[in-house]
Amino acid sequence: MAYPDDLRYSKEHEWVRADGDAATIGITSFAADELGDIVFIELPEVGGQLSQFGAFGVVESVKAVSDLYAPVSGTVAEVNEALRDAPELLNSDPFGAGWIARVELGDTSELDALMDADAYAAETA
Amino acid sequence: MTYSPHTAADRAAMLEAIGVATLDALFDDIPTVVRAGEWSVPPPLAEQSVRAELDRLARRNVIPEVSFLGAGVYRHLVPAVVGEVIGRPEFATAYTPYQPEVSQGTLQSIYEFQSLICELTGMEVASASHYDGATATAEAALMACRLTRRHRVAVSAAVNPDYRRVLETYCSGPGVEVVTVPVDFAEGGTGTTDPATAAGLLDDGVACLIAAQPSFYGQLEPMTELGEAAHAAGALFVAVVEPTSLALLTAPGEYGADIVTAEGQPLGIPASFGGPYVGLMAARMSSVRQMPGRLVGATRDARGRLGYVLTLQAREQHIRREKAASNICTNQALMALAATAYLTAVGPAGLREVAELSMTQARHAAAAIEGAGLGERRFGGPYFAEVAISVPDAARRHALMAERGIVAGYLAERDEPALRDTLLLAATELTTDEDVERLVHALEETR
Repeated sequence: MAYPDDLRYSKEHEWVRADGDAATIGITSFAADELGDIVFIELPEVGGQLSQFGAFGVVESVKAVSDLYAPVSGTVAEVNEALRDAPELLNSDPFGAGWIARVELGDTSELDALMDADAYAAETA
Repeated sequence: MTYSPHTAADRAAMLEAIGVATLDALFDDIPTVVRAGEWSVPPPLAEQSVRAELDRLARRNVIPEVSFLGAGVYRHLVPAVVGEVIGRPEFATAYTPYQPEVSQGTLQSIYEFQSLICELTGMEVASASHYDGATATAEAALMACRLTRRHRVAVSAAVNPDYRRVLETYCSGPGVEVVTVPVDFAEGGTGTTDPATAAGLLDDGVACLIAAQPSFYGQLEPMTELGEAAHAAGALFVAVVEPTSLALLTAPGEYGADIVTAEGQPLGIPASFGGPYVGLMAARMSSVRQMPGRLVGATRDARGRLGYVLTLQAREQHIRREKAASNICTNQALMALAATAYLTAVGPAGLREVAELSMTQARHAAAAIEGAGLGERRFGGPYFAEVAISVPDAARRHALMAERGIVAGYLAERDEPALRDTLLLAATELTTDEDVERLVHALEETR
């Protein structure tokens, strides 16, 4: 399976799209498919601090509950409010309308610890 | 032969793994005074001798002729139908179901219980019950901490002292600080929680304010203002209520309570030493995922038939393990069923009658004592069915009256040193005019 080339990926199946000091984060299509139909997401608080690979929220599907692990450190600038009423966006469009949060990056070098699309594809093969 | 589930080597390995030196060190939290010492067990007895011994012990129980004891547990009429319903083996012998959907009757009864508690409290969702009022209240405090991501809770000094002790215990583990909001206990004072005083203790670190309606001392609290004080600080408002009073008083859902807890014992459960009782908890749907305990939902099956399920189980310990909303709560399904049978039997009008009669008899008792010049109300302001009465030399007279079969309420100074010489008298629909006469007479005799 091919994943978007412009993203970086974590072993915990989160993605990050960096644009300078700003980044958007979400879960991968692989994660969404493994979880099944997602029915609830506990979003982080705007203004809250994320630390790379630390837990920052929870997703609940019809068959499991999983923690969300931040792919990068930073301050939460915005969360995707649409997910509160439509968590299924995480399944239908995980790399687009199903984004979870926008983050002000603390340290852009953290991106180096993440995988590119090919490496992530190999990881999930 | 000694039964040994683990060898000495097993035990040593386990102790080493958890970093504890000795088996005894595991029990360090239990004060030595309450630990069992050497067991001194008498030799075996024949069955009839055991019966005789049990009879002898049972006769040591004192059943008072007249009782005004309340203080969190209330003696109400329990209609015979309650015992009949909870005595049915389908209910009486079943433990809370772990493969629940085959037990549709049990789930339906819990769903009805939850619906009744929502109706009574004016809240949107109620749990399948808790162990008792104290643990439900402590769980509500921890729930508020999860919802607000804050780590301090404020509790009124007029909340049941037992509840506050359980709250302290529950909060000690996760490191939640408990702050007590002082109450004006002075003679002739309000006996209530002042919203301005509460507001002074609330800041952006406080998860919730807990207040009781009526208070432990029977007084009616300014719940609307207390709720506003909590919300102004971004904290939640937890209301501890007495369920029969809700037939008359404003429902907590209407005065802004975010979580409501109660001891459900007055609803069809006899007052007995140590229970079993039942804790009630209700909240708003927006916070349901942080609510502890079991929840039953109604749904339709593939053929459109009504059915009941355990829902939102992802909060619970068998799914979420150490991250569950609670790993220390339990429900009291049979006692919740008693409350359901009770509320169904008495109905809204019956419950209102219970509350009105309880209030009437409390006022009758207070007026009779004041009229005879034997004591007077400790506090001003409105009260429900329990009333604090100042009487001289209360401790000695309370003990003396008890010896004569008359329990003159609860001696408030046992928990609150500021309330010396104060009897907390509770009345219910079972309190007769003759009971009041005998109480007044006993107070006269012990003057």
